[in-house]
Amino acid sequence: MSKYFLNYLEELEAEAIYVLREVWAQFQNPVILFSGGKDSIVLTHLAKKAFFPSKIPFALMHIDTGHNFPETIAFRDQLIDSLGARLIVGSVEDSINQGRVAEEQGKNATRNALQITTLLDAIEENQIDCAIGGGRRDEEKARAKERFFSHRDDFGQWDPKNQRPELWNLFNGKHFEGEHFRVFPISNWTEMDVWNYIRREKIEIPSLYMAHERDVVWRNNSWIPTSDFLSINEDEAIFNKRVRFRTLGDITITGGIESEADTLEKIVQEVAAMRHTERGNRTDDKRSETAMEDRKKQGYF
Amino acid sequence: MSLDNNQLLRFTTAGSVDDGKSTLIGRLLYDSKSIFEDQLEAVENTSRKKGHDGVDLALFTDGLRDERAQGITIDVAYRYFTTPRRKFIIADTPGHIQYTRNMVTGASTANAAIILIDARHGVIEQTKRHAFIASLLQIPHVIVCVNKMDLVDFSPAVFEKIVGEFEEFASKMLIMDIRFIPISALLGDNVVNRSVNMDWYADAPLLHTLETMHISSDINKVDMRFPVQSILRPQRDHFRDFRGYAGRIAGGVIRVGDNVTVMPSGFKSKVKSIQAPAGNLEEAFAPMSISVTLDDDIDISRGDMIVRENNNPSATQDLEVMLCWLHNKSARPRTKYTIRHTTNEQKAMIREIIYKIDINTLGRITDDNEIGMNDICKAKIRTTKPLMVDPYRVNRSTGSVILIDESTNETVAAGMIV
Repeated sequence: MSKYFLNYLEELEAEAIYVLREVWAQFQNPVILFSGGKDSIVLTHLAKKAFFPSKIPFALMHIDTGHNFPETIAFRDQLIDSLGARLIVGSVEDSINQGRVAEEQGKNATRNALQITTLLDAIEENQIDCAIGGGRRDEEKARAKERFFSHRDDFGQWDPKNQRPELWNLFNGKHFEGEHFRVFPISNWTEMDVWNYIRREKIEIPSLYMAHERDVVWRNNSWIPTSDFLSINEDEAIFNKRVRFRTLGDITITGGIESEADTLEKIVQEVAAMRHTERGNRTDDKRSETAMEDRKKQGYF
Repeated sequence: MSLDNNQLLRFTTAGSVDDGKSTLIGRLLYDSKSIFEDQLEAVENTSRKKGHDGVDLALFTDGLRDERAQGITIDVAYRYFTTPRRKFIIADTPGHIQYTRNMVTGASTANAAIILIDARHGVIEQTKRHAFIASLLQIPHVIVCVNKMDLVDFSPAVFEKIVGEFEEFASKMLIMDIRFIPISALLGDNVVNRSVNMDWYADAPLLHTLETMHISSDINKVDMRFPVQSILRPQRDHFRDFRGYAGRIAGGVIRVGDNVTVMPSGFKSKVKSIQAPAGNLEEAFAPMSISVTLDDDIDISRGDMIVRENNNPSATQDLEVMLCWLHNKSARPRTKYTIRHTTNEQKAMIREIIYKIDINTLGRITDDNEIGMNDICKAKIRTTKPLMVDPYRVNRSTGSVILIDESTNETVAAGMIV
């Protein structure tokens, strides 16, 4: 080696690995929040590196809205299998059936906000003291205020105005019984960093991120995929388009973009030229200017 | 485009809304084309609603609901942008006196600090406070931006006068690298693009300065310090005898074959192998996250420190620190706190407040032992077991501590070892 400095991607990687190891040292029962999206896949990849040659010492927890892309679930199961890790599923469907939450009504109804209850229930039931998430500060303005180690009270709530100061890399995960932490090892990564890292590490990702043909309708300025869960309005027409997804969430609210990018190389080029934020295609964030902050305070991802 | 040697530069911006801090950040993001169209549309809408002419660049840094409503920054917010040369992380910190704790937080990891001065007002108390915190936290580079030059007719005399004033008081502080740039954040002069209104200024605009300043030496690469974070014992085929010490190198370079000492036990051994994210290496350096194996099977646990033989930090139970108090519950001498230093955690007690800093005059107060939120003081701390420390100015990582209140679990203070 001739240089004695890290490039930005190596430094972000070193930081994330440090944070993951710190979680292992400071908590009893941490899990990785795994959505099947690229950020949680990168997180899992980093955990593999942080503990090699040991196995990942965390279970993966999926909060399942029941409104999934089938590809996501197939990808999840295959990854779990190859890691030899434990999977915990929190089901929104079950929360609805148990009367813990009620399905939203109307044309734009989603199960997005319902996940909060399911997530907090799953954390309590499994006695989880730390949920590691793939949230990034560049995603959204409320997330820009997040700490690496983010405290949640015993109601699972976030108090953004009263956060613990976080200096140098001295993380304080101390908490009382019933409280938990959310930890965000890739806080400092941007969408572009994530894609560059996926490319550098040749990380496998669900095919949904690559351009493919799909039936879609035009709604809220993006191409929403047709599925059993989507009610099509009379004034909406179904098109077959070549699309890809920049983020993966609930199938009812995740909009695709028209794209020809079917390789990682092309995706990186496309993302570099993008003029809209990735969450711009997520109707969950469009409900108000502070939609994310309001959900996060209640305990959202 | 090869990004292989592009480094990451973290900088903090200190100043209040009135100094044009938010406008400056908005300008950097906007002119470096880091603003997306949907963000721009949202800000255009809000600007219209508020009755501003054109786009109010300051709105790009709005965050929480209360901040939007009150037009102030309450907490540190992080922003990101990338140029073909570097990736940047901005710790956007509020500049008011009551937010010293946020400024200190943002400064703790920064390579550079941008201190904003309103050209019309020159050096004010707040400027001195910001410079003091930059020196206290040993931010390696300070860039003083004299803003609103458009409001003083882009006058070189005004700029020179402010530079003179700043240098006068900063000469008493430990700041290694200070640069001065006359800018207009509002109009964009000398932020990303060179000013056509100030041809008398020959040096680089702000962004170019940030893109090119030498930062590889900001981390100590001389004294090897490896705080052990966790022990990897895979118990799997092929790795049955593997015992790796995982951690992030806090200083210097570590090589296979190095003779090392484990502190505090004093056991000696040799580095057998180094595992990094990309595979096995012959050498590794700060701030890499690695794991190492040693030739001998010795008892090592989290909190221990592996160092090169004959280059030891001092193992001590008595620390003299500059302490920033971060909590509204005041410091209580002789009360037990948890102290965290690298990966090490012990109990500690504040034995004595030597002096308190008057944050406005920067003078020393010796007859006031009441240490509350945002106060900065020099104090003596006693720990139950030795910590392996370096002076903060030699190594920010092995020279820093935090105090945690055992009754609330809150982080209450940050300390820099003298």
